[in-house]
Amino acid sequence: MTDASMSPESVAPKSGLATIDARTRKRNAAEKRFRLYGMAAIGVGLLFLVFLFSSILRSGLPAFTQTVLDIEFVLTSEQFDTAESKMMKTGEYQNIFVAALQEQLEASGLEVAFDAKAIERIVGKPGGTIRSFFLENPDRIGTPVSFELAASSRVDGYLNGRVTRDTIVDSRFLMTTDLDLVDALRDAGIIHGAFTWNFITGTDSGVDNPGGAGLGASVIGSFFMMLVVLFLSLPIGVAASIYLEEFAPKNRWTDLIEVNISNLAAVPSIVFGILGLAVFIQFAGMPQSAPLVGGLVLTLMTLPTIIISTRASLAAVPPSIRDAALGVGASKMQSVFHHVLPLAMPGILTGTIIGLAQALGETAPLLLIGMVGFVAREYPEGFISGFTDANSAMPAQIYTWASRADPGFYEKAWGGIIILLLFLITMNAIAVVLRRRFERRW
Amino acid sequence: MPFSWLVLIIFAIAAAGYVLGRKRALNSASGDSRNLHSLPSYYGAHAAMWAIVPATAVLLVWMLAQPFFVNARVLASLPDTVVTEGSSIGLVMSDIRRVADGLDEAVLQGAMTRAEAASLDTDTTDVRDVLGSVGVALGSAVNADVLSGAQLYRALNGTATTLMSWLVVLIALGGAAYGYSKSHADFRARNTVERGILALLIFAASIAILTTIGILFALLFNTIEFFKLYPARDFFFGTNWAPSFSGRGGASDLGVLPLLWGTFYISLIALLVAVPIGLFSAIYLSEYAGPRVRGIAKPLIEILAGIPTIVYGLFALLTVGPLLVSMFGKDTLGWMQGGTAVITAGLVMGIMLIPFVSSLSDDIINAVPQSLRDGSYGLGATQSETIRQVILPAALPGIVGAILLAASRAIGETMIVVLGAGAAARLSMNPFDAMTTITAKIVSQLTGDADFASPEALVAFALGMTLFVLTLGLNIFALYIVRKYREQYD
Repeated sequence: MTDASMSPESVAPKSGLATIDARTRKRNAAEKRFRLYGMAAIGVGLLFLVFLFSSILRSGLPAFTQTVLDIEFVLTSEQFDTAESKMMKTGEYQNIFVAALQEQLEASGLEVAFDAKAIERIVGKPGGTIRSFFLENPDRIGTPVSFELAASSRVDGYLNGRVTRDTIVDSRFLMTTDLDLVDALRDAGIIHGAFTWNFITGTDSGVDNPGGAGLGASVIGSFFMMLVVLFLSLPIGVAASIYLEEFAPKNRWTDLIEVNISNLAAVPSIVFGILGLAVFIQFAGMPQSAPLVGGLVLTLMTLPTIIISTRASLAAVPPSIRDAALGVGASKMQSVFHHVLPLAMPGILTGTIIGLAQALGETAPLLLIGMVGFVAREYPEGFISGFTDANSAMPAQIYTWASRADPGFYEKAWGGIIILLLFLITMNAIAVVLRRRFERRW
Repeated sequence: MPFSWLVLIIFAIAAAGYVLGRKRALNSASGDSRNLHSLPSYYGAHAAMWAIVPATAVLLVWMLAQPFFVNARVLASLPDTVVTEGSSIGLVMSDIRRVADGLDEAVLQGAMTRAEAASLDTDTTDVRDVLGSVGVALGSAVNADVLSGAQLYRALNGTATTLMSWLVVLIALGGAAYGYSKSHADFRARNTVERGILALLIFAASIAILTTIGILFALLFNTIEFFKLYPARDFFFGTNWAPSFSGRGGASDLGVLPLLWGTFYISLIALLVAVPIGLFSAIYLSEYAGPRVRGIAKPLIEILAGIPTIVYGLFALLTVGPLLVSMFGKDTLGWMQGGTAVITAGLVMGIMLIPFVSSLSDDIINAVPQSLRDGSYGLGATQSETIRQVILPAALPGIVGAILLAASRAIGETMIVVLGAGAAARLSMNPFDAMTTITAKIVSQLTGDADFASPEALVAFALGMTLFVLTLGLNIFALYIVRKYREQYD
């Protein structure tokens, strides 16, 4: 027993569990800070994700609509006969159209002066469309017919906020004064946005017509490419994995194969594009820009992914299954093909779908083998020509739009990304469902 | 005979072989499959295998060899005078091939008969016009030598294809007959068939090696070709990148240093973004977060890894670039001239790499055994002290490996830099300048109507080789570090 413990001054200890001294406070603060850094990091990551998706949606959705001039009017049979007897037939129809437009504007109480030239700048020359409609449907003469005429891409840009009154430059495409008319038409409900199938089903347009550009042909190109990838990489990948996982002896050759596969998984995708260009196109003389070549390149690229995931699912099948099969007299090959492979199939398919999704979004190698956007001008004629005719693919088409000068194409590029992501989300969802439903834990 | 028909015939023979071989084996066992060595289907498969494998092998070899043979024969038939000034034998051969294809097309469309195509004469007909009328455009008028070369080319190819078809069908029939003759109750069909399947599996596994060989050859040959036209010293140590497509040869400066610098600078910025965020996310998710938060946040962050790079490229070009210009552009600070810059591409690439770093680090941190944590807590360390002083040092080799793999990803990334970094090659320290990278220049040198014999196009292969060696080296280095410094527990 010491004197110190007896002394009355030492009733309150200098430090203890109840009171926190400076050093502990510092340590606790450091702990709190560290924790906060972690939360901040995750927050930043998620913020980027939200920012990315919101900018995709905000910029991409207008691509699915098109500004149309919606107008209904009656063409009497006298007007039809007079117009058909004139020299400038379509011009006459245009005058009728302008008159009808004037009438509707006045009916809604808006006073804007305009002429046929302004109309031409806004919707092109509607006379031809109107005439061919009535020539094909003569029974509609005298009855109210409504026309939806696509507005020019600049009007589209004005209504989407891409072009403003401050940035517009007077040109033969659109004058500042036309914007008054566009405003009036919008207030009268004559100009409005309408959903257009053209973007989903159409083909690429010329560099000066962003409004008419569509993704359809390149979706088909991507589809044929994915067929090639699926029908090559699945059997080859499964066969290679079965060999490496079930049969391969431990020797230098199999070691070499394994090192190769893990290295190939890390080779930049553009190098595969160079391979495709040099081997498939230059050396083997396959057609340029063909989905077949694109599919071959992407097959080589996805094989490592598929092999790695297939080997994991084969390894997950317990050895007791193999032993049981061997025990009742099956050969090694039979035990693998009849028992192990079917049990591993859900995992293999999941890995394959994820590999395909990866291949679907790949762009760089396709640019090198010539699958750029502007070749996707028309749909392939048949099944075989779908593989061999020049076509593009979704990501390459998006790239082409993004690198064009007219900002009208940017909107299309974002819209294309929405479609591409929809495909990817669907494929990944299927993979998740497959895994959830069929995965077995042993 | 079209190629697809030939394949169909082989398969038909194989199918017949299957049915007959199976039947013969069963008959030899007087209809009782218990007397057979193998299951009946193995006898059928044996005959089918004999029908398909040798025939396909011959078909493939023949198809690979035929172009060389035909080219050599056509070349030998050409007079020396055919190669004019400013041309080469390769150009003449491609002219010949194009004329031959055009004649095929003309026959196919019915513009001329087979005999007419074979006896066409440049004195009496303008071949260019005739071919133009069936939609085959030729660059220049066809001279007599090229036309006769093309006719020889067609004749040789026709004969060779006919010969090949007959040979292949005969081999398929012979193979099927051999397999059929072997079908007997005592024959060990299953062992033979399984050996065949095993050979197929080995072949599939070897495709990985074939791919690597293909990559190496494609890069190597063209790189050697490039260094014949352009001195290697100027390529590796040149500080100026200015290819010219108009003036061929000599006029271009193709120094790789500005591209290497751009690549490293952008990758560095990407890693500066991705490593702290990714590492701290991984630490939080594996050490602090409960199962609920982890179950939501981890997949959400991994979505970033599943987004195609073209999306990030567009994001850099149209969203991040303009945003950065509005912050640092000439209206505010005046540091940034345009939206495409090193910082734009680096930032977006960093976002792309976050999940890459975080999920690799997450796995590594989780692999550190719990006993180490418990020991540290038992000595009174706080959670953050445990992480900093026990877990991170234990996981360090793995984390360094993950960062190196992320760096190799960044160096090989193409679409973000093509769209976000600009096109000007320059050696500058300013992150707000536009710069360009190896991958971006590979794309720009090889797209469009490049002439593959010019150094301006061939340089892309040398760039590809540089890229391949760099990324491969980084990957091997990462593996080496992980293996060498890995802590062995248990």
